Amino acid sequence: MMRFLAGVAACAMAALPLRAEEQVTDFRLENGMQVVVIEDHRAPVVMHMVWYRAGAADETPGVSGVAHFLEHLLFKGTETLEPGEFSATVAANGGRDNAFTSYDYTAYFQRIAADRLELMMKMESDRMVNLQLDEEDILTEREVIIEERNQRVENSPAALMREQLDAAQYLNHRYGVPIIGWRHEMETLSLEDALAYYEKFYAPNNAILVVAGDVDPDEVHALAKTYYGVLPPNPDLGERVRPVEPPQTAARRMVFEDPRVAQDYVRRSYLAPERDPGAQETAAALTILAEILGGGTTSFFAEKLQFDEQLAVYTGAWYGGTSLDDTTFDLIVVPKDGIGLDEAEEAMDRTLRDFMETGVDPEQLDRIKMQLRASQIYARDDVESIANRYGRALTSGLTIADVKAWPEILEAVTEEDILQAAEMVFALDNSVTGWLRAPQAAMEVNQ
Amino acid sequence: MIRVVLTCVLFFVALPLRAEVDIKEVTSPGGIKAWLVEEPSIPFVALELRFKGGASLDAPGKRGATNLMMGLLEEGAGELDARGFARAAESLAASFSYTAGDDAVSVSARFLTENRDKAVDLLRLSLVDPTFPEQAVERVRGQVLSGLRSDMKDPNAIAGRAFKAMAFGDHPYGTPYEGSLESVSALTRDDLVAAHKAVLARDRLYVSAVGDITAEDLGVLLDTLLGDLPETGAPMPGPAELRLEGGVEVVEFDTPQSVAHFGQKGLERDDEDFFAAYVMNVILGGGGFESRLMTEVREKRGLTYGVYSYLVPKDHAALYLGSVASANDRIAEAISVIRAEWERLVEDGVTQDELDKAKALLTGAYPLRFDGNGAIARIMVGMQLDDLPIDYIKTRNDKVNAVTREDVNRVARELLDPEGLQFVVAGKPEGL
Repeated sequence: MMRFLAGVAACAMAALPLRAEEQVTDFRLENGMQVVVIEDHRAPVVMHMVWYRAGAADETPGVSGVAHFLEHLLFKGTETLEPGEFSATVAANGGRDNAFTSYDYTAYFQRIAADRLELMMKMESDRMVNLQLDEEDILTEREVIIEERNQRVENSPAALMREQLDAAQYLNHRYGVPIIGWRHEMETLSLEDALAYYEKFYAPNNAILVVAGDVDPDEVHALAKTYYGVLPPNPDLGERVRPVEPPQTAARRMVFEDPRVAQDYVRRSYLAPERDPGAQETAAALTILAEILGGGTTSFFAEKLQFDEQLAVYTGAWYGGTSLDDTTFDLIVVPKDGIGLDEAEEAMDRTLRDFMETGVDPEQLDRIKMQLRASQIYARDDVESIANRYGRALTSGLTIADVKAWPEILEAVTEEDILQAAEMVFALDNSVTGWLRAPQAAMEVNQ
Repeated sequence: MIRVVLTCVLFFVALPLRAEVDIKEVTSPGGIKAWLVEEPSIPFVALELRFKGGASLDAPGKRGATNLMMGLLEEGAGELDARGFARAAESLAASFSYTAGDDAVSVSARFLTENRDKAVDLLRLSLVDPTFPEQAVERVRGQVLSGLRSDMKDPNAIAGRAFKAMAFGDHPYGTPYEGSLESVSALTRDDLVAAHKAVLARDRLYVSAVGDITAEDLGVLLDTLLGDLPETGAPMPGPAELRLEGGVEVVEFDTPQSVAHFGQKGLERDDEDFFAAYVMNVILGGGGFESRLMTEVREKRGLTYGVYSYLVPKDHAALYLGSVASANDRIAEAISVIRAEWERLVEDGVTQDELDKAKALLTGAYPLRFDGNGAIARIMVGMQLDDLPIDYIKTRNDKVNAVTREDVNRVARELLDPEGLQFVVAGKPEGL
């Protein structure tokens, strides 16, 4: 099979989760900072990460993109580090560093020789509270993030369509605003905007330290106390309360046209519940439902539409359960040349109805569970994936106990659970359907 | 939104870290060689196979045959159809991937100790006995064609293709290994069978394995898996003549941000100056945030999100390439800054400080690569393709450290060609 539509497939469900208790230690510093240590002693390497419980969905209206902008600016300098010196020091020590921003979190990491962990903590704890920025940093870096938006979004009709789809899905919640920001708001982001976000959210009681690799948990604890433990918590942090979506009462539809579209497709998102602390059962059923419907060659959609009816070149389903607030369950059908989007959408609906009638193939469910169990073995070869899993879960409202319980909750999912979850989520009144295509007039000219 | 880039500057520390990987060469009873690292702590094996030649072995007029053939290996093999094969792999929790490239095709596999034999039997079917059923050929052909149509509207792909065509003309390097709409549409099942025979032969095979397996068991596995492949395949293609002349070529495409690919002649992997050039490139455009290109184009001027350069020693030609993307009204400035950096490096060379930092980054980061069974297996098979000795990992940092400032400055003068540096831009650039 060919790797296909990278932009679409990349959104597919992340690797299945794992059980990792034996390698994981956790504790909390007195100032409220949470610490997770994941041991792997095969190579003298460490991954040092700080995750903030703050992402694009925590921004205030009017300054979209400021969470990501600030992430860039954190590489500029502090009271004791020159602009660029942070990354320069990591590199001089043979390490690599970077950062990423999502809706529910912002995270910074360095991958480096394990004996350099203390230096990393020293610098990362410094920029948590001592950031120093001037107007010039702001202006040049703003050009950089606008070029980043050009590269990721403006040059890609699929990404532009996705922005519109998300905006249509979320009427009230900030998940409807792009992480990188709306261009017109990015253009006016100011030093004050960035600092206001920094001062509110960058504090130890809003951060999680994740250290993975060739380390001893007691030593990590001692170092963390020395560098992070001395930072003052922000007493005004408050609860993480965001605007709630109103009930969706009508199906929403859109057609996105762009002359740069070479391959039409129809995609649909349904508003869906996320994993909640102590209550992950529905999310577990939806996770397996996405595998059953769209997890590759043997999935229900591929069977029906790529093999039996041969209407589609690609089909997929994915569900992002690790999310602070209501998430989505997504479907895509990429029709073969000569098959219209109306036909593709009709096939999507028909296949869903089929599935609800046919139910879950018990052999397929067995294979998925076999892979789930195996993924716990394979994951031990990749502690960074475990580090990311904890970071994402803990910034999305879940607890360490939830992360540890997740494999067993998945294992316990039954055919009935899956159908019930499908029944609940697949309501058209709960959905946005989007068509991506080239402008019709242009297509006729081409033909 | 990953901030794509990384960095280097300022103070230096002695770097005690050495990559310690205990590689054994294994020869199977049937004579197949492999490099092995035994790592029994996790009960699975990562296996990497490479067949040199790759898509450059496409027969004349059959461009894309190797790529389509590789895409079909798991889509019908022995008695199994595509779905039967996929179900079998899922039941074993084994994963296989098959990809084509200009100089080699790759097969990567991962399987659990508890069902190793069954996984190997399944993988063997796909390599030795693929059936290329008509329905599967049409289905996968449709996926390839869809990808090709998308590439025709993607500025990055457009610039990359135009660059290749200018650089290599009629040599297979001059066209995408995926083929064209015309060539892929015309491929027959016979073409795929022929490509399979031409490409997957034992005289061009390289193997590495890492994980829970002994040398003895690996020997048996290799004979089972690969013993029935043909001894020889198609002859290798000849050298590719590089035809770049320098200047800026624009491919008009209506999109807000222009994408530029640039390049010139590079250095062979076995050239005695390769390490000096490698260190030079870290300073110029390969090292992350502190590279000169990144500093000048991104950090100082905000003209791009990322600009990079890289040495590309291919089997039949050596290139030095780079890329950048800037808004249509800013790409001209980005290009002129890049060209000026090429000139500055030729004229002024590098500072001792830059050289020290580049070495610290390269030598310190090297051991960090060996961080998992799959990663180590990929590195080991790559070493074999590059004809490096089995103890290379131990000596690699010494080679980096041996590079002097004089070496770098001489190589910069000899290699870099500001006049001959060719830019190909896809977009609607202003002022070019």
